[in-house]
Amino acid sequence: MSAEAPRRMEPPVSPVAEPFWAATRERRLVVQWCLDCDRPVFYPRDNCPLCLGTSLEWRDCTGEGSLYSFTVNHLSSNPTGGEGPFPVAIVELAEGFRMMSNVVNCPLEELRVDMALSVAWEELSDGRNYPVFEPRGGTA
Amino acid sequence: MSATSIRGASAIVGVADDASPTGQLELSGRALEASMIEQALSDAGLDIKDVDGVCHAGSSMQLAEYLGVHPRFTDSTMTGGSSFEVHVEHAAAAIAAGLADVVISVYASTPRGDRARAGGGGGRRGGPPPGMGPNPGLEWEMPAGIRLPMGAYALAATRHMAKYGTTAEQLAQVAVSTREWATMNPKARYQDPITIDDVLASPMQTSPLHLLDCCLVTDGAGAFVMTSAERAKSLAKSPAYVLGVGTCHDHSMISQMPDLTTTAGMISGPAAFSMAGIKAGDVDLLMGYDSFTITALLHLEDLGFCAKGEGGPFAEDGKLGPGGSLPMNTNGGGLSYTHPGMYGMFLLVEAVRQLRGECAQRQVPGAEIAVAHGSGGVLSCMSTIVLGTEAALS
Ligand SMILES: [Zn+2]
Repeated sequence: MSAEAPRRMEPPVSPVAEPFWAATRERRLVVQWCLDCDRPVFYPRDNCPLCLGTSLEWRDCTGEGSLYSFTVNHLSSNPTGGEGPFPVAIVELAEGFRMMSNVVNCPLEELRVDMALSVAWEELSDGRNYPVFEPRGGTA
Repeated sequence: MSATSIRGASAIVGVADDASPTGQLELSGRALEASMIEQALSDAGLDIKDVDGVCHAGSSMQLAEYLGVHPRFTDSTMTGGSSFEVHVEHAAAAIAAGLADVVISVYASTPRGDRARAGGGGGRRGGPPPGMGPNPGLEWEMPAGIRLPMGAYALAATRHMAKYGTTAEQLAQVAVSTREWATMNPKARYQDPITIDDVLASPMQTSPLHLLDCCLVTDGAGAFVMTSAERAKSLAKSPAYVLGVGTCHDHSMISQMPDLTTTAGMISGPAAFSMAGIKAGDVDLLMGYDSFTITALLHLEDLGFCAKGEGGPFAEDGKLGPGGSLPMNTNGGGLSYTHPGMYGMFLLVEAVRQLRGECAQRQVPGAEIAVAHGSGGVLSCMSTIVLGTEAALS
């Protein structure tokens, strides 16, 4: 965690995503799973976007994934704290879904598409934690 | 409805657009829209009393009330920058089915003028238009600090570069070729030639996109008028027949895009080309939405002008510029002509003018088949319109 406090826009909690955000209080990454299609559903929804079914249950994720793509944003203030350009990422989770986040604890010049990542957590003001990602095995 | 009943059944018969090298227009709002409609109708030799179909990417109901039109065909489809290609598609189907005879669509946006009139400061008005549903982006994207829309295209570009070896120089060449065309459009915002080095030396915005990889923010407006092929023959200008149409969207948020390197143009393009009975090699002019250099590069691949992954090398030798084998964005594009937010209208206007031979210095000699390919949202909604002259109709 950087010395300077994060300046992240804190995500609102949609009703269907309450279990996702509740799990982050224990630093657990969870995802909805469609029991009919046997596949993950993300972002959280009331219906599976493949079958429209409602047989969705929450499952724990390994927190491991890879860097599907990234962009180093030179224009906005860094949500993870600190100064200067920062990476915005789409992370491909091992369970087979993608989420947008940030890569932390990695020099910008070491960012590579498809590099291995693990979830890390950044505290939000209300006790929730925001899932960010770092090079697998810790600091690169 | 079968495809053959849409092909050649309707035509764009009137167009208008406005933009300025200052980036700013005097008129705004409905007054600007009304001026565009009047000019487009006049271009066609038609009158507002002839109009029985109204399209608008906000509210066709509000626009029609303002104009005093009671349309029997109405379309408020809003798919971002590709809205106007979708309007052509819907109007072509409606006209072919006898649901409408004369259809108009109009667009006006004046981000610069609005800012000046508000006394400077501030940016473009934010927030989703009224009537839009919940925005999951607030929960699942914005907290990561992405700059939209630019950051979404940057994510696509990074993945494309990693997967296919596309280079920053190749992306820059798209901006360079487009600027070459803009030197021949007296209304273009930027008319001085640029080099690849200029693009690479311009400030990094959100990597790998530099400032000159990104479209402008300017005032601009435009309109078109469509009618049946039969009625088109008796009007003022040579008709630009609608030969093929196709649309597809495969996500709204960039993090939900199935494959960052492949757009829904893979669906819309072949659908439109197949309806028109053409192949990529038959296209004389490509008006391919260039919100960013990567946007246009993806169109080249997804519409079949080159293989997937080969857009970079394809653009490299300047074949997209004046004198090249695939003239693209001859008005100077969103990169150098104008980009008021939803640029798709200007693709259609330029395509029609090129088919009529009205483009003076930048005229593509003997243009018979033009493609206007709109991209809306963040590479979300692709809509492809194939237009052709009388010669291309048979
Ligand atoms: Zn399902």
